Amino acid sequence: MLRVENVEKYFGRTKVLEDISFELKQGEVLAIIGSSGSGKTTLLRCINLLEQPTKGKIYIYDELLLDAELPKAKFDKDIRKKHLHFGLVFQNFNLFPQYTAKKNVMLAVELLAKERPDYKANKDKILKEIEEEAEQLLIKMNLQDRIDHYPHQLSGGQQQRVAIARALALHPDILCFDEPTSALDPELTGEVLKVIRDLADENMTMIIVTHEMSFARDVADRIIFMDEGRIIEEGPAKKLINNPQTDRLKDFLTRVEV
Amino acid sequence: METFLEQLPIVVGSLNVGFLQTLKLFVVTLLGSLPLGLIIALGSMTKFKPIQILTKSVVWVIRGTPLMIQLLIIYYMPGLAFNNHFWGSGEDGRFLAAAVAFIFNYACYLSEIYRGGLQGIPVGQDEAGVVLGMTKSQIFFKVKLLQMIKRIVPPVSNEIITLVKDTALARMIALQEIIWAGEAFLKGSHGIAGAIWPLFFAALYYLVFTGVLTVLLGKLEKKLDFFKI
Ligand SMILES: Nc1ncnc2c1ncn2[C@@H]1O[C@H](COP(=O)(O)OP(=O)(O)OP(=O)(O)O)[C@@H](O)[C@H]1O
Ligand SMILES: [Mg+2]
Repeated sequence: MLRVENVEKYFGRTKVLEDISFELKQGEVLAIIGSSGSGKTTLLRCINLLEQPTKGKIYIYDELLLDAELPKAKFDKDIRKKHLHFGLVFQNFNLFPQYTAKKNVMLAVELLAKERPDYKANKDKILKEIEEEAEQLLIKMNLQDRIDHYPHQLSGGQQQRVAIARALALHPDILCFDEPTSALDPELTGEVLKVIRDLADENMTMIIVTHEMSFARDVADRIIFMDEGRIIEEGPAKKLINNPQTDRLKDFLTRVEV
Repeated sequence: METFLEQLPIVVGSLNVGFLQTLKLFVVTLLGSLPLGLIIALGSMTKFKPIQILTKSVVWVIRGTPLMIQLLIIYYMPGLAFNNHFWGSGEDGRFLAAAVAFIFNYACYLSEIYRGGLQGIPVGQDEAGVVLGMTKSQIFFKVKLLQMIKRIVPPVSNEIITLVKDTALARMIALQEIIWAGEAFLKGSHGIAGAIWPLFFAALYYLVFTGVLTVLLGKLEKKLDFFKI
């Protein structure tokens, strides 16, 4: 459903991504691993249209999402609709601090609903449905007793689960994670990884940038290993971790604990 | 003592009239400069260069010169340079000229505070809004505005307290505000001359007013304590 073709990205004169191509099938979970500075975040940001690649094309459902040759994506009048194909969960959550957990989940959905032609006529009903779904999502994230809390009243792990619920509320086709547990204390990573695991069991299509090798091996279907802006190795998750082919991946795996 | 008791109602009455003018200038300046400052701040942050350069230059000039000069120029220039008695000759005209000078001056100071408040918001807030499909204006009004307000309440409070005292400058164009009213009793007014104590009373008005404002602004700051940034 997602096809990334020959993506290249320069920041000034530094090449950060080089000739990145891969495909993602519906329901597939892809993990991206690699050492710091290898370009994982940049790749995810290109896919999420937060960064404009210098070369390459990205397709979703065979629809052209982005072509580096064309004018910048952010000037595209359909850009907002294109953003809605993806959900992005940030390393440092980026929740809206002035809203409760529930309102964080509802806000974008409410704003979008206002553009529906039947909004005026069915306002109360629509808002009620949105609120109920937000509550359901938070319950699913195991946050039933944190629904009306503000972000600063939540632990990092709880905040990250609100952020996941917020992304899910817009029903993205692909949910992307950028090191969702890196900003968390070790004892809080488990609760976040568990909800991602549950989403994988429900066949949510996901791209997960992570440093948790055992998590990547167990939850992902496929893994991409990046180094210096290139895809060095790519394959089924268990095979890639248990039986690395390249020296660079072997090297990387001995440096990080699996 | 007897004469003091006789003079007191006269002085208080006169100070009240002056204070009303002070209060009016204060309120009108705030109502004008708080929103205008935001527009100037957005102008100085726009990527459209001509607007950015224009607003930045205006802010530079206004902040780099004394309010007193701006006040005198705005009031006297139309008549002296263009022979156009735009402001008229009455107290209303003087008030209007003072209000324009104060609004512009304070809007420029406030715009810098707003700008700092907006630029201090982590870019992750913008990006979170963008990936959630929000428009630029939705991100500004629904996500960033309140966070900016929370950041700027303390520095804006300082400006507001300063404004209370700055209104006295309007005396330069003979606006009959409270110090003007108090000063009149030095020279002689209503049969009272050489009296210094009306100025102490005028100071008391300021003290009470800034005191009340400090409490109110403190309350606003508390009100925004429900979230942390
Ligand atoms: N906005 C930017 N401007 C200039 N250089 C950048 C920018 N963002 C990233 N880079 C550079 O691009 C390279 C790749 O960065 P990126 O953040 O994608 O790596 P990463 O694989 O996500 O690393 P980490 O594991 O530390 O998160 C780095 O060398 C980084 O310094
Ligand atoms: Mg990164």
